[in-house]
Amino acid sequence: MIDRRSLIKHSGAAIAALSAGLTSPSLRAFAATAALPFENGERPLVKYPQKRPMIGLTSRPPQLETPFSVFNANVITPNDAFFVRYHLADLPLNIDPDAFSVEIKGKVDKDTKLSLAEIKKMPAVDIVAVNQCSGNSRGFFNPRVAGGQLGNGAMGNARWRGVPLKTVLDKAGVQPGARQVSFNGMDGPVTDKTPDFVKALDIDHARDGEVMLAYSMNGADLPVLNGFPLRLVVPGYYGTYWVKHLNEITVIDNVFDGFWMKTAYRIPDNDCNCVDPGTAPKATIPINRFKVRSFITSVADGAKLKAGAQITLTGIAFDGGKGIKDVAVSTDGGKTWAQASLGKDLGKYSFREWQMLVRLTAGAHELKVRATSNGGETQPMEPLWNGAGYLRNVVETVRVTAA
Amino acid sequence: MKLSTLAALTLTSLAGLIIGICGSVPSEADAKPVSYKLPNETATFKPGPNLEVVQNNCTACHSVDYVQTQPRGPKFKEDFWRAEVTKMIKVYGAPIDEADVGKIVDYLTQTY
Repeated sequence: MIDRRSLIKHSGAAIAALSAGLTSPSLRAFAATAALPFENGERPLVKYPQKRPMIGLTSRPPQLETPFSVFNANVITPNDAFFVRYHLADLPLNIDPDAFSVEIKGKVDKDTKLSLAEIKKMPAVDIVAVNQCSGNSRGFFNPRVAGGQLGNGAMGNARWRGVPLKTVLDKAGVQPGARQVSFNGMDGPVTDKTPDFVKALDIDHARDGEVMLAYSMNGADLPVLNGFPLRLVVPGYYGTYWVKHLNEITVIDNVFDGFWMKTAYRIPDNDCNCVDPGTAPKATIPINRFKVRSFITSVADGAKLKAGAQITLTGIAFDGGKGIKDVAVSTDGGKTWAQASLGKDLGKYSFREWQMLVRLTAGAHELKVRATSNGGETQPMEPLWNGAGYLRNVVETVRVTAA
Repeated sequence: MKLSTLAALTLTSLAGLIIGICGSVPSEADAKPVSYKLPNETATFKPGPNLEVVQNNCTACHSVDYVQTQPRGPKFKEDFWRAEVTKMIKVYGAPIDEADVGKIVDYLTQTY
């Protein structure tokens, strides 16, 4: 039976050796692998500085996925388990925070450079927010599509601390006629023919007071691979906008037309942001807010449970910023549903924990979970498709047997 | 020849990985300069036709796992790989000689 979570096919001892970051790791430890439950889903478990063993998708540039069991352990994803996604391989690996500054330029009254120390002296705000890769769960697309073949672990929930982007923009003085703000980080391409990774937000979004320049994550400096020393946090929006190692902010009076906005990270411009499998959309728009999602985290696919016993199912739900209204759970493949109780509210951008007590009769059961947001958005029973493999939010199913 | 080369490459990569893990781990407690050491790459291309051409072109910008982890099956053969190679050239500006395109597509189609 394939475990829908990343099935860790290795002895605990080797994993522990990796976790401890031993100074003389045995070669044996590197045989640790994970199996994502789709074809060609074998992945190495890799150990990077500042990270626990992670599911390795690619190494240059690095893309690391969070083992799914992490989401059952804590509603806040630990920094050392938070997923990593880069596009371009020239990473800033030597960073002096004392020398670091971020520049605000373009359609502003005065070009402004702020050091990290200056930013840290400004009034700070905290927000708990999910970051999720646009292509999280791409490996489950049917038909399959090109791109990073991720399981469900390219997401995480953290408490971010920093200064509102609005404060920084106000300091520079946004000029009339400003339409967008573009964001560039210290990471770049290995050849100058490759478009640099630059993203943009509309000026009103950039000044909403929630978009943040974050220097702290869960009470610690950002891990290097999560954007040290400063990254953009765009609550409710897919991770592509959360520019890492952020050092260049440009106010512009037009719509930014760089590759990573104009051509990449586009979704179908229709109500479902989807198309018939295998077809292309007529028109596209930039990807934006998260679709509502929910997961069962306490029980893995293929689990054997005790028939007749009281079982506590737990999991998480999140959406693009309205907050979670309710979570429904089915133990009969979606025929009947019951409402789960919601856990502590950490804010409308956070994972929301849920739990439900169930008793299962002997036999096979399909457990399903479906969240509805305060905006009334809910999850589709059948997966929606788009050619880039973005936005997956189908009702998840966990198959278990009770005996 | 190919096998021994691959074996040597693998050993080198593993040695690099160990160095990577022993490299300095940045402190979270203060604002000292950070020096981060990425582990070395371990994924290597499988033997196949035109391996050297593939090696020289593809790994200039990205590691081998980018290729290895793509979907497989009858729908992911020549057309799929030709589209990928074309994307690398047209979109990402990969400096691949026109004469090498067919060789790379052949290798990818036959090997993955």
